[in-house]
Amino acid sequence: MNQDILREVTKHQLKAEIPLFKVGDEVCVSIKVKEGGKERIQKFTGIVIARKGSGISETFTVRRVVSDFAVERVFHLHAPNISGIKVTKESVVLDTAKWYKSRKWVGKAASQVREKRLFAK
Amino acid sequence: MQDRLIVVGKKVGMTQMFDADNHIMPVTAIEVEPCVVSQIKTVDHDGYNAVQFAYFKRSHITKPIEGHLAKANIQDKFGHFCEFTTDETSNFTIGNALSLDLFQVGQLVDVVAQSKGKGFQGVVRRFGFGGGRATHGSMSHRRGGSYGHFRRMGHVIKNQKMPGHMGSTRITVHNLSIVGLMPEKRILVVRGSVPGANGSWVMIRKAKSVIK
Repeated sequence: MNQDILREVTKHQLKAEIPLFKVGDEVCVSIKVKEGGKERIQKFTGIVIARKGSGISETFTVRRVVSDFAVERVFHLHAPNISGIKVTKESVVLDTAKWYKSRKWVGKAASQVREKRLFAK
Repeated sequence: MQDRLIVVGKKVGMTQMFDADNHIMPVTAIEVEPCVVSQIKTVDHDGYNAVQFAYFKRSHITKPIEGHLAKANIQDKFGHFCEFTTDETSNFTIGNALSLDLFQVGQLVDVVAQSKGKGFQGVVRRFGFGGGRATHGSMSHRRGGSYGHFRRMGHVIKNQKMPGHMGSTRITVHNLSIVGLMPEKRILVVRGSVPGANGSWVMIRKAKSVIK
C-alpha cells in the first residue's frame, strides 16, 4: 500500500511515452542544456550498457568511445531535460543484463553494436 | 500571538522527484491522519488562543478522554491530542478534520519524529570517536579513552560521552520544503529525509524560522 502511495506521488512526473530500447542498443540522447539564458539541445550518442531502477528512479548508462577515450553518462529516464531518446542501431538481445564487459574492450569491439544482421544466430 | 499550525501523520516512505532545475531530489511522503478539531481555546476562557485536535484512533480509551470527545460530539475513539496556538480560531470548527489546504507547496515546515532505535552502541558509532590504534600492540581499538578528569580525580564528570543506548529519540528536522500536496488523499510530500521508520508517527508544523 505504501508503494502505491509513492507511485501516486511521482506519477505526474513520469513520461507518458518512453521509446523502446534495451541494453546493447546504440542510442542518441537529446539533452536540453541552458547556457546564458538560452536553451539548446546537446546530443550524446553511444551504447546503452545498463538500465537500472524502476519508476521515477530509473536510469540508463550510455557509453561512447571517442578516439580511445571512453565517456559514460548516466541519465534519468524520466528527467524533464531529456527531450528525446532515439535508437540509432538496434542490437540483438544480449546474453547479459548489463554490458559492462565492453569496458575492457579496445578498438572496434568497444564501439561495435551487436546488430541483428551481424550477430543473428 | 503567532499563527502556528501542526498536523500529525505517518511516514509512508521515500522516493525521488525532479525539481525546477530538472535535478533529481530525495522526497519523503507523509500520510496525514484525520486530525479532528476537539476544542478551541480562547483568551477569555483559557488565557490564550489555540486549536486542539484529536488524532490516532484506539480500540479503548479512558473515561475522561471519552467525556472530552463527547463534549465535541466526536464519535471516533481518538486517543491522542495536540494543540497549536493561532489567532485565526474562527477558521476552525469543532468536529472538522484539519484540511491540508492550510499548507502550500514551497512552504517550509519542521518535522518531528522518533528516530530509529539502534540499541546499545559504542562511542565510535554513537559519538563519532576516532577509536585507538589498530596495530602496534594497541589494546584500545574502539574504546573511548580515559573517562577520568584531572580536577576531580576518581570521579567521572557529568555528560561524559560513553557507550549506551542510541536512537529512538525525538528528533526535529528544520526547514524542509513542501514539494507536493494531495489534499484529497491527505498526502504531503517534503523534500529530504524524515526521522523514523516507515509507518511511524510524524508531526509536521510550520517552520519556526518562518514564524516571527
